[in-house]
Formats: sequence, structure tokens, C-alpha cells
Amino acid sequence: MLEILLSALILIGALFTFIGSLGLARLGDFYTRLHGPTKATTLGVGSLLIASMIHFSTQGNGASFHEVLVTIFLFITAPVSAHLLSKAALHLRVKSLANVPPRIDEADSGTDSR
Amino acid sequence: MKLRLFPHPVLTPLIALIWLLLANSLAPGQILLGLLLGWAIPIFTLRFWPERIRIHRPLTLFRFLLLVLYDILVANLNVALLILRGPRRLTPAFVTVPLDLRSELGISLLANTISLTPGTVSSWLSPDRRSLVVHGLHVRNPDALAATLKRRYEAPLLKVFEPC
Repeated sequence: MLEILLSALILIGALFTFIGSLGLARLGDFYTRLHGPTKATTLGVGSLLIASMIHFSTQGNGASFHEVLVTIFLFITAPVSAHLLSKAALHLRVKSLANVPPRIDEADSGTDSR
Repeated sequence: MKLRLFPHPVLTPLIALIWLLLANSLAPGQILLGLLLGWAIPIFTLRFWPERIRIHRPLTLFRFLLLVLYDILVANLNVALLILRGPRRLTPAFVTVPLDLRSELGISLLANTISLTPGTVSSWLSPDRRSLVVHGLHVRNPDALAATLKRRYEAPLLKVFEPC
């Protein structure tokens, strides 16, 4: 019973991670491609980690909560790197399918780049 | 004096908790070491955190976290569907969200939340920190998206970090 649950979780995780990478390959421009790996993977990695937590907690060596840390660090770092990537792309004026708001160009000609 | 010895009272238990998770044990020695780290690290990193963190409504923060987790779950399925349906039917757009939040922590939490909930990535903060540019994967109505982001995520953060 437990093994079925674990396998299901791992398969779901693999599926979502795969869809995330598929998005990276398939979508149109840099900005939309950014969505695949930062997003669909949160659920993918999340269910893999839950599977790992259940597996190691039921091994008899006591509960295992390392995975919570992985989740926390992932939730902190993934959005930051996505933000920096897309900000850098805006600065370099990478071609976009959507209209870039005009205020960014004005502000970029100034000195402040925060 | 109190400020210099305990610059961030909120961080101390948090760091201790993370230490215990890292050590994966609840031995008294580890708890003591965790508390010691939780006390020392904020002092050494004071320059990065000049603002003192104040959490005014812990319950609202907790509810906000649950809401975000739920949204991550639902929106992950959404983005997966959008990717599978193919790029031709997507209408990506940049949306400018005017900000009411003023504190650095509040703004960064909001930006992180927006990036984590799929379908949107926060991509640019105006230098005066009054508006956040968000890239949406599939936007039908830009104004409605900005309003939703403000109501759903910014309002609770305002209550927690900057009550008036």
C-alpha cells in the first residue's frame, strides 16, 4: 500500500518536472520559457520530496525532516533567480512576444539600476 | 542596548529551527547550539538587515502562507495544461502593478510570491519602488490580473508588515 502511494508520488513528480522542461523547449520567447522551469517544477520537486520524507520516516530511523529545508530553500531561491533572469533580459531588450512597458526604457537611461 | 544585542528577535527561533532541521535531531546540545547561532548570526549580518522586522498579525501571515501553498498547487496544474496545449494559444503580457507596500521585506515577499505562483513572474521593480512589472504567461485581462495580485497577495502582506 505504502509502496503504491510512494510510486504514485514519484511518478507525479517526474511528470510535472518533465512538463516544466517541455515548456522550456517548446514555448515562444525568453520570458514565457522562464515560466516552465520556475513553476511546474515546484509541484514536481515538491511531490518527490514528500515521497522521500514518507519513505525515510517509515524506515525506522526516526522521522526525517531534511526535505522541509530543501523545500524552503527552493521556494526562496527559485523566484529570486527567475526575477534576476527576467530583469537582465529586460535590460538587454531580449525579444519578447508581449509589449514591454515603456517606463522600463526611460528608467534604464537613468543611473539607478536597482 | 537591547537593539544591539537582539537586532532581530524574529530571526533567532527561525535560525534555531533551521539548524535543528539540518542536524535532524532534537538533542539538548543541538537546541543550545541552534539558539546560539540564532543569536550570533543576526548580529554579524546586521548590515544586510537594517530594518527591524515586525510581524503584526501572525495569524494573517499563517493564513497567507496557506493561501500561497494552495495557489501554487492549483496554478501548477494550470501552467502544465497551458504548456501542453502549445505555445500558439498563449497571450503573454507585461502587467504593471502599482505598489502600496513600502518596506523592503514586504516588497521582496510580494515579488517572491508572484514568481512562485505559476503564470506570473515578477520581472522588474521601478527604481522608486512604486510599481512592479509582472510578466504573465497567459493574460486575458491585464487590469484584472493586477487587481487580483493586489487583493490576493498585497493586502494580507500590508496587514502583517505595515498596519496603519
